Amino acid sequence: MTAAGVATTRVNPVRAIGRAALAVVRLVGAVTLFAVRGVAAVFSPPWFPAQLLRQLAAIGFFSLPVVGLTAVFTGAALALNIFTGGGRFNAEQVMPQIVALGITRELGPVLASLMLAGRVSAAIAAEIGAMRATEQIDAMRTLSTDPFRYLVAPRLLAAVLVLPLLTVVADTLGVAGGWLVAVRVLDFNPTTYIRNTATFLQAWDVGSGLIKAAVFGFIVALMGCYHGYKASGGARGVGRATTHAVVSAAVLIFAADYLLTSLFAHT
Amino acid sequence: MSATPKLEWKEVDKRFDGAPVLAGLNLSVAAGRSLVIIGRSGQGKSVAIKTALGLMRPDAGRIVLDGQDTVDLSERTRRRLFSGVGVLFQGSALFDSLTVWENVAFRLINADGISRRVARDRAIGALERVRLGVEAADLYPSELSGGMQKRVGLARAVVADPQLLFFDEPTTGLDPITAAAINALIVEQVRHLGCTAISITHDLASARTIGDEIAMLQGGKIVWQGPAKDLDRTDDPHVRQFVEGRADGPAPGSPLHLTRLSATRSRRGDT
Repeated sequence: MTAAGVATTRVNPVRAIGRAALAVVRLVGAVTLFAVRGVAAVFSPPWFPAQLLRQLAAIGFFSLPVVGLTAVFTGAALALNIFTGGGRFNAEQVMPQIVALGITRELGPVLASLMLAGRVSAAIAAEIGAMRATEQIDAMRTLSTDPFRYLVAPRLLAAVLVLPLLTVVADTLGVAGGWLVAVRVLDFNPTTYIRNTATFLQAWDVGSGLIKAAVFGFIVALMGCYHGYKASGGARGVGRATTHAVVSAAVLIFAADYLLTSLFAHT
Repeated sequence: MSATPKLEWKEVDKRFDGAPVLAGLNLSVAAGRSLVIIGRSGQGKSVAIKTALGLMRPDAGRIVLDGQDTVDLSERTRRRLFSGVGVLFQGSALFDSLTVWENVAFRLINADGISRRVARDRAIGALERVRLGVEAADLYPSELSGGMQKRVGLARAVVADPQLLFFDEPTTGLDPITAAAINALIVEQVRHLGCTAISITHDLASARTIGDEIAMLQGGKIVWQGPAKDLDRTDDPHVRQFVEGRADGPAPGSPLHLTRLSATRSRRGDT
């Protein structure tokens, strides 16, 4: 190879960084435009209530077992950890309050959302991606039906509505998991545990978690819809879209969690 | 025959990653006529149809439907203009989460606001027109053979009585007998509706059966156009190579084309 050839194949780091930065900006722009179009479709007719009901069932009802089980075990493990940690400075008795606070403000919404990211984002991306690969989305447009209204809007709305409800379930079962361990394993008084939890918790502790859950629900559905809608390259492309949907939803949930927690920190 | 073009491509260009797929495509079809676009794979047939359907935006040029430029239409106007258009996709593109009758009635229920009961009756009527009985109505697409899926796709395309029908490779992947049956159904439905039809195919038997006119697309532009009966008479080298299925000829990728390309590059000093 000539010297000129070597020079042309050498990676220019500035160019590589610039290219990566442009790709990120392009992706953020594309996701933002997609989200704006999706939200606009939620608020403008025609609406497809049958699709919304179907998504409420698929995203909400069928996620109950996985969200419930995750919450129970997390609440139980959290109780054990806090009891152990609290024991180092004789603060075991605040365990019910810390479990309740940790579950309602943080773990309930985050874990329910992460379970949905794995279960729902992947399913949405795979379904819409397969529809893209088999020209079903093109067919829908030729049948005078806007895929954003028929496919995207019901999923976005369903996830935003359902995730706070799933979080209420996760909060309840998470606290119940903590209570079970406290009463059965750690010899706490069951009535005192519940009284301490009830008197300590404020409405905002639960409310802030539910607001987080609504935002996370939007992220879960948006990532599934976006990556599925943009899927290309047949079965391999659908597989890639599914992976991207789950990973990006999880990362965005953690990022949004930090931002919202910062916002709610002093309330 | 009406001379008014139902649909026109005017100087349409489309590139992918800089490579031209449509290069100044000029083509029109008169109302009530059946035009078949033939050509090898990768010559821009599907892209031509997708630009006409508004599924792909051309880089340059105009697509005119019923005298109205369709490029840059608002979604609402586009939906209204295309409400009289039906499409049979290559893979049928049936919605796999819906039953056969829901597929056929999709436009009626979701775009036209017709009640499900009435839409089901009309869907079953359309299924009967393509020789599918009522027993198929409640099946899912995955329970049907390829030929039956094509029939359902055809029923979905014609159920709203369109004035313009597109057929994207209607016989690809079908055995000769089923392909002949689909061709016959297409001709029957187009005549029944009195509509304009545009088909793309590389199946010459299909082209001869369903086309009044045939246009050959190569390198992103029309290299020959004429009545279907002239397909076997023309001396055009592109058409002759395609019809006779010869490897040597002017088509890109064939030995004669590569020899010419090599000679041109030698003259230009390209490597």
